[in-house]
Amino acid sequence: MELYRLTGHELIRKIENKEASSQDILSALTQRIKAIDAKVNAYVRLSGSPEHSLPSLDQTSILRGIPISIKDNICTQDHNTECCSKILEGFRPPYDATVIGKLKNSGALILETKTNMDEFAFGSSTENSCFGPSHNPWDLECVTGGSSGGSAAAVAADEAVWALGSDTGGSIRQPAAFCGVVGLKPTYGRVSRYGLIAFASSLDQIGPITKDVRDCATLMNIISGYDPNDSTSVNVRVPDYTQSLVNDVKGIKIGIPREYFVEGMDEEVKKRVEEAIGQLRALGAVCQEVSLPHTEYAVPVYYIIATAEASSNLARFDGVQYGLRTEAQNIIDMYKKTRDKGFGQEAKRRVILGTFVLSHGYYDAYYLRALKVRTLIKQDFDKVFAEFDCIITPTSPTSAFKIGEKINDPLKMYLSDIYTISVNLAGLAAISIPCGFTKKGLPAGLQILAKPFNEEILFRVAHTYEQNTAWHLQKPTF
Amino acid sequence: MEYEAVIGLEVHVHLKTKTKAFCGCSTEFGNAPNSQVCPVCLGFPGSLPVLNHLALDYAVKVGLALNCQVQEYTKFDRKHYYYPDLAKNYQISQYDLPLSKDGFLDIYLNGKAKHIRIKRAHLEEDAGKLIHQQDLSLVDFNRAGIPLLEIVTDPDINSPQEAYEYLTNLKSIIEYLDVSDCDMEKGSLRCDANVSVRPKGTSGLGVKAELKNMNSFKGVRDALTYEIERQIKSAHRGEKIVQETRLWDAKSLKTFSMRTKEQAQDYRYFPDPDLPPFIITQEKINEIKNSIPELPKEKCQRFMKEYGLSEYDARILVSNKNNTDYAEECFKAWKDKNKKPVANWLIGPLAGIASSNNIEISEVKISAKDFLELIDLVENKQLISNLTGKTVLEEMVSTGKSPSLIIQEKNLAQISDEGVLEKEIATVIKENAKSVQAYRSGKENALMFLVGQVMKKTNGKANPKVVQEILKRRLTDA
Repeated sequence: MELYRLTGHELIRKIENKEASSQDILSALTQRIKAIDAKVNAYVRLSGSPEHSLPSLDQTSILRGIPISIKDNICTQDHNTECCSKILEGFRPPYDATVIGKLKNSGALILETKTNMDEFAFGSSTENSCFGPSHNPWDLECVTGGSSGGSAAAVAADEAVWALGSDTGGSIRQPAAFCGVVGLKPTYGRVSRYGLIAFASSLDQIGPITKDVRDCATLMNIISGYDPNDSTSVNVRVPDYTQSLVNDVKGIKIGIPREYFVEGMDEEVKKRVEEAIGQLRALGAVCQEVSLPHTEYAVPVYYIIATAEASSNLARFDGVQYGLRTEAQNIIDMYKKTRDKGFGQEAKRRVILGTFVLSHGYYDAYYLRALKVRTLIKQDFDKVFAEFDCIITPTSPTSAFKIGEKINDPLKMYLSDIYTISVNLAGLAAISIPCGFTKKGLPAGLQILAKPFNEEILFRVAHTYEQNTAWHLQKPTF
Repeated sequence: MEYEAVIGLEVHVHLKTKTKAFCGCSTEFGNAPNSQVCPVCLGFPGSLPVLNHLALDYAVKVGLALNCQVQEYTKFDRKHYYYPDLAKNYQISQYDLPLSKDGFLDIYLNGKAKHIRIKRAHLEEDAGKLIHQQDLSLVDFNRAGIPLLEIVTDPDINSPQEAYEYLTNLKSIIEYLDVSDCDMEKGSLRCDANVSVRPKGTSGLGVKAELKNMNSFKGVRDALTYEIERQIKSAHRGEKIVQETRLWDAKSLKTFSMRTKEQAQDYRYFPDPDLPPFIITQEKINEIKNSIPELPKEKCQRFMKEYGLSEYDARILVSNKNNTDYAEECFKAWKDKNKKPVANWLIGPLAGIASSNNIEISEVKISAKDFLELIDLVENKQLISNLTGKTVLEEMVSTGKSPSLIIQEKNLAQISDEGVLEKEIATVIKENAKSVQAYRSGKENALMFLVGQVMKKTNGKANPKVVQEILKRRLTDA
């Protein structure tokens, strides 16, 4: 089989067995990107071949020079990191994100070209990119999901061995589901945010997007852990996640929240998820209906908290130090013109919304109230996790929709994350894995949720399901 | 109608930690622009703040010294406003939960104590500095991120002199704690004043003006004096006073309107999601409390008790930390029980020489040993007169020589030998028959003239006390 088709752990073995070199892998991948990325648009600023930064190739290092693709909002030293926004045009960070440093130390080869995303991770379809939308490898007329659409599409189309994304309300899991790959949102505080250009600081986490669960565990072993440069990272021991890759769910207690299987859901997706639950039950898991009563408030709470933080985090993009600057007669006009020209429509919408909810006279009614409801949502989960090992839901209520279908209806677009948002609000860990296809051949995603710092149970359940199904082995054709 | 002023002060002091409040950059003053910056204090995308706990300790220390309640639970908030010296366009500050509040500082004015309440003292980061050139403005971020303690009083101050005394006392306390240089010229202490006027005897608050841009304590006093007069004049004219920010111009000695309330900003404070709340344990508070040295008030009491100083003398001597240490060293080394001569020489001649050289007493380069030797020579041994002593002290300061050496070199030793003096006195009596006659006929003044004549003949070296005694004796005997 062509090298670019293989998973990360298969490539590691190839190199160990001297059947391939890291250079062979890079060449194969470069060929693949050249051949199909014009159709997929998974990468941005791709000129000819994907320039890359070479790691110190210690032959014993775990990742053995295997390339990894990085979302455009994770800082890589001296390489453009623009969040797919005009306002960061030409921005080259003088430093590496903590996760990039960890990957380099483990022998990963960081591709210089970055993966496409919704501008500043604002979106669920990767249509809000200043570089144009990515196309779903399973149906090029459909969206990849978002905001880490480029990373998910690149992995699905074998244009990447594996990739990093970021997840604020489902931005790893939803595109992973739409593209039929594995995506993990780690517990808040598990992975350092240092060097991740912030969208909503209390919700953001970096996580892997991979071809299978083993690759996901392999990357998590490397990127997890306390970082003194991130005050919100937590000093909790990092286990060897590959130890959790056992094919056994006997006696595992799984909660199925009734609030997640209601109207508006795509029937086919619902069916695939129900079949998956049936399969886990057949493998010995104990599945029971549970209730998360505050679920309906998750979307409004999220769009208050996330936009409030975003409006603050994006204040620094003003044309003074870096990125785009539009000249003007005075400083205030310079700010206005730069931000008007630099931000896309969705970014402007969120900055305005966030500014409003933090304004004098509205703060208590919106932001403060949202914080209180956030606590209630978290308590819902605490109650369930007191009795259950994990929770299973669909990742998204539908499969990938058509490009352009929801772009002019933000509310409809926001509902695309209805099942993933609560996880970020509650600071939980969650994984999305492929669980079948619709009649049109579009992937459906199964989401597994665990309490904070219990990624192990996710790997165990996801791996068991994967070992007993073959969805992850199916590939899109071009 | 008579009016009185109501004043509240906001003081910002740089805490002298080696590194900045939220990153590892140096806080040193006076280096090349932008030589002490990193992604964090430059607010680069993806960077995150990490609290310098020493800054927090220092802030707690000042809070305790100002009799504040130190809060066990404290957090940081973001204060938003657009200005090019503010890299993130928000400042990390504290809003509704300042780390300390409800303290007080007692000042003394014309022998009366005045109680000034401290509303709050909170920690925040400083901004950078704009440097304006002909057609461009530059930003120096060396100062950005230096820890600042903002100390806010209640409107308990009623005159410019009270404000001056408050500032002097506050500076003295902070210097005792050794947590700031409190140098207004270097910007390590800044003061804004809120001032309004009201009919004397009423208790309401008038419309206030916020005064900025004062560069010295004297500037604060002058600005307040001007502003109070301006407000009273307009009140007399029946004009409405508008709430506004006014800038002090030290050249024209006037305040000018900068912006009115209508242009006031909404800072959209909200808890900084990058910095989790901090718990300051009672144990930590006690530990810091125990590290607080003797403060001016206590030291003043002790000086009065131990060294028998008057309250006036003691208060002058404790007002400056370094001077106090020098004074204490002198008192301890002075063998006599009566310390008054030492206090007199410190507050009188030494302070005079220091102030004419624009330095502090402690910066005058003479050792306590030499200083005490001089006092001993004048007061006890009466080898030189008081006047000559002052000349010798000046010589000591400029040359660093010991008093005995100077006296010897310049042949300044006082003549107390009656035998030597008798001769000169006899000549003077012969040469000034008129004055002798006048004295004998009851004109006491004439004696002083004769003493002066003897002093002249001996080049000022005669011991005037001895001369006076001999003269009296001779003039009455004959």
